[in-house]
Amino acid sequence: MPLSRRHLLAAATSPFVVPTAPVLAREPHRGGVLVVAADTEPRNLNPALVASNGVFYVASKVIEPLAEMAYGEPGFTPRLALGWQGSADGKSFTLRLREGVRFHDGRPFTSADVAYCALELWKKHQNLGRVFFVDLEAVDTPDPRTAVLRFAAPMPAQLIENALPALTAVVPRHLFEGTDPLANPHNQKLVGTGPFRFVEHRPGQYYRLERNPDYWDAPKPHLDGIVYRVLPDRGAIAAALEAGEVHLAAFSAVPLADMQRLAKLPGIAVIDRGYEGITYLVTVEINHRRKELADVRVRRAIAHAIDPNFVVERIFLGHAKPAIGPIPRFDARFHTADQPTYPYDPKRAEALLDEAGLPRGPNGVRFSVELLPAPWFEQTRQMGDYLRQALKAVGIEAKLVVKDPAGHQKAVYTDHAFDLAIGSPVYRNDPAISTTILYQGGLPPGVPFSNQYGWADPAMDELIARAARTLDPAERAELYRRFQRLAAEQLPLIPVVEFTFLTVASTRVHGVADNPRWAVSNWAETWLDA
Amino acid sequence: MSPPGRSFVRGPAWLLVRRRLVQAPLVLLFVLVGGFLLLEAAPGDAVDAYVASLGGDAGLVHELRERWGLDRSPATRFILYLAGLATGDLGRSVAFDRPVLAVIAERLPVTLALAGGATTFAFALGTGLGILAGARPRGPLDRLLSAAALVLNATPSFWLGLLLALLFAVHLRWLPLAGIETIGAGYTGAARLFDVARHLVLPVSTLGLVYAALYLRLMRAGMVEAWRSDFVRAARAKGISRRRLVLRHVARNALLPVVTMLGLQSATLVGGSVVVESVFAVPGLGRLAAEAVTQRDFPLLLGILIVSALLVLLVNLLVDLLYARIDPRVELGARAP
Repeated sequence: MPLSRRHLLAAATSPFVVPTAPVLAREPHRGGVLVVAADTEPRNLNPALVASNGVFYVASKVIEPLAEMAYGEPGFTPRLALGWQGSADGKSFTLRLREGVRFHDGRPFTSADVAYCALELWKKHQNLGRVFFVDLEAVDTPDPRTAVLRFAAPMPAQLIENALPALTAVVPRHLFEGTDPLANPHNQKLVGTGPFRFVEHRPGQYYRLERNPDYWDAPKPHLDGIVYRVLPDRGAIAAALEAGEVHLAAFSAVPLADMQRLAKLPGIAVIDRGYEGITYLVTVEINHRRKELADVRVRRAIAHAIDPNFVVERIFLGHAKPAIGPIPRFDARFHTADQPTYPYDPKRAEALLDEAGLPRGPNGVRFSVELLPAPWFEQTRQMGDYLRQALKAVGIEAKLVVKDPAGHQKAVYTDHAFDLAIGSPVYRNDPAISTTILYQGGLPPGVPFSNQYGWADPAMDELIARAARTLDPAERAELYRRFQRLAAEQLPLIPVVEFTFLTVASTRVHGVADNPRWAVSNWAETWLDA
Repeated sequence: MSPPGRSFVRGPAWLLVRRRLVQAPLVLLFVLVGGFLLLEAAPGDAVDAYVASLGGDAGLVHELRERWGLDRSPATRFILYLAGLATGDLGRSVAFDRPVLAVIAERLPVTLALAGGATTFAFALGTGLGILAGARPRGPLDRLLSAAALVLNATPSFWLGLLLALLFAVHLRWLPLAGIETIGAGYTGAARLFDVARHLVLPVSTLGLVYAALYLRLMRAGMVEAWRSDFVRAARAKGISRRRLVLRHVARNALLPVVTMLGLQSATLVGGSVVVESVFAVPGLGRLAAEAVTQRDFPLLLGILIVSALLVLLVNLLVDLLYARIDPRVELGARAP
């Protein structure tokens, strides 16, 4: 795992992160079963149908995408595709596929598998693909090693390339064709081309994977297998790490407060890399159907009332950064710091609220709102507590309404029964894949993690549509910089902080965090000390 | 259970069993209607829970709602469910995409082992210590045990569980921390039984200790009351040994409320074990019920409620039969005046 001086420096200054530099000098050891903590068991584990980090965490070791993200240039590592190229008109995208790859049942992987997955799974059923591949018309397979995606309207090659890691997992056509894909048993009993084969899932207990001896990248993987132990209690995960019953817990599965203690123990390392490609934001979602909140001055006042540094230091214990717009800094291709910002300034917030015709009443309250913090993360719930206090300081009374995931989804994204909500959208390597949906107008109710805020701006919609069709990468990047400036100016939602996760692992585990999506990549390079 | 000379099928015990069998369908229907209405009242449905965790667009939401029958009215869904139930079909779990019966059958033995072990442990320890405390009320041992019971009773089970785990699994490393068996060990027969038993020591102790405190306090209170009774004074006057007095007269009479609690406790064990099952990653019915609620998986939740209700009915029947065994004054099969 190459560690740059910048990374080592960052690790050294981080509150409790242990750099994994000693790995550099060591030869990987072959063997051993890595025991990993898991806290969920997704109903559908097939990443060709469900592009979600909870699914990838287990499934990415068994079922591979066409390419994976990598640190540095060009930003990708080939997996099932060796190379790719878009046509000048943007209507086709040619993939050159790897030779000699076999599925775990012994059948060869060919372009027919890619064609089937693209047209029948990604486009028709996948949560992200249903929107992303809407213009995909056909997939030509002139030979077993070539697949040509054909689109009805121009698609930027850059956008398709950026989608390869998350949206293009390939499962065998021969096991899915002619079946109802959503009810196929191989959505649980996975068959893929990855470094590990699926052995069994005992619900409520564990998933067990074993080494694929016929992996195309032999002699990898280094591990004999991976066991995901289902541990629903976060305190128990910390104890399991201490007891040596679990080697690794990803996605900040251990409470941050426990992490500080664990980092001081011998034999345990806390690693803060390997998630940059799936950076999350904490946002304040605003219901523009509410008269007061439809006024941009009020939204700006709310932004001024929030102290992102407090959120970083007290809620994330230093493991986050104040957000500058909806695109995280890691994606330097699209992110711009050149956009309006709203520094913490309660006095300015109060002045803006006065200006908006919302003076403090006799009880000191300007107006009241219902605030729904998303239940997904400990930090989104804590952000709800903080925001209530921050708003009170400027005269806005917030009533906290806490719901479970189904209740939150219905209230915010279907019924629009909220005034403010705390959200946590994830960035997926391109604004068109994950981010513009937060700003696009006219979406039907019920779509999670999208603009259900009642905000619509024709200028923004036009910008989003243009950027999604612009073929030239430089021009496209410029359009997204304009998108960020408009988003910051109008502030339909308020990005507060950007954060990634931490991995806690035994120091016996090596080859951790070697790409920006490590936790959801294939772990072929991960190994355990003898 | 029946007095000598009377057959079971004509005796009072059979009357009790027969009455409970008649009551059971009504109890089950009440539980099913209540469970269904409660789940319907909760905001969001199974599709909301699905897209909240795995994402989706409007088309997928519509498709799933149709596929899972959630586009029908609640009344239609409930009637269809009852029709299926009449043929012995508990339906298909939405969250697990498997038949409900198969999902429950997988978890039930674990819950029975955990609840059965915890109840036995709690009852034995609680009544035993309760007898020791109640043998000499306000004595030093009574004060010590009563204080310990109070502390234990006030201790949240998740905290107690984590403390035991830290001591016995993390520091001493005597016991496994989580799960119910060693993954991939391939044990069979007695070796597997021993492996499972080792894994259950901590969850059974955690769950059992909290209830043991309750039994201790009940037993002790019952004995304090019994000491004041005329029959105890009479027995003392007859000069029987203290040991015999405590065990045969005082403790035996104090046992009835403890047995009542045993029946009530069995009703709460499935729900009460959610926390302990989560802390020790035990794949039991409690955790399954919590998942069913979170996922709004109404066929699964109703299936769990049916199984739990049947278990409660069975345990309460056994408790009633046990009453008559402990106290001959209790008349089986008698109706309330």
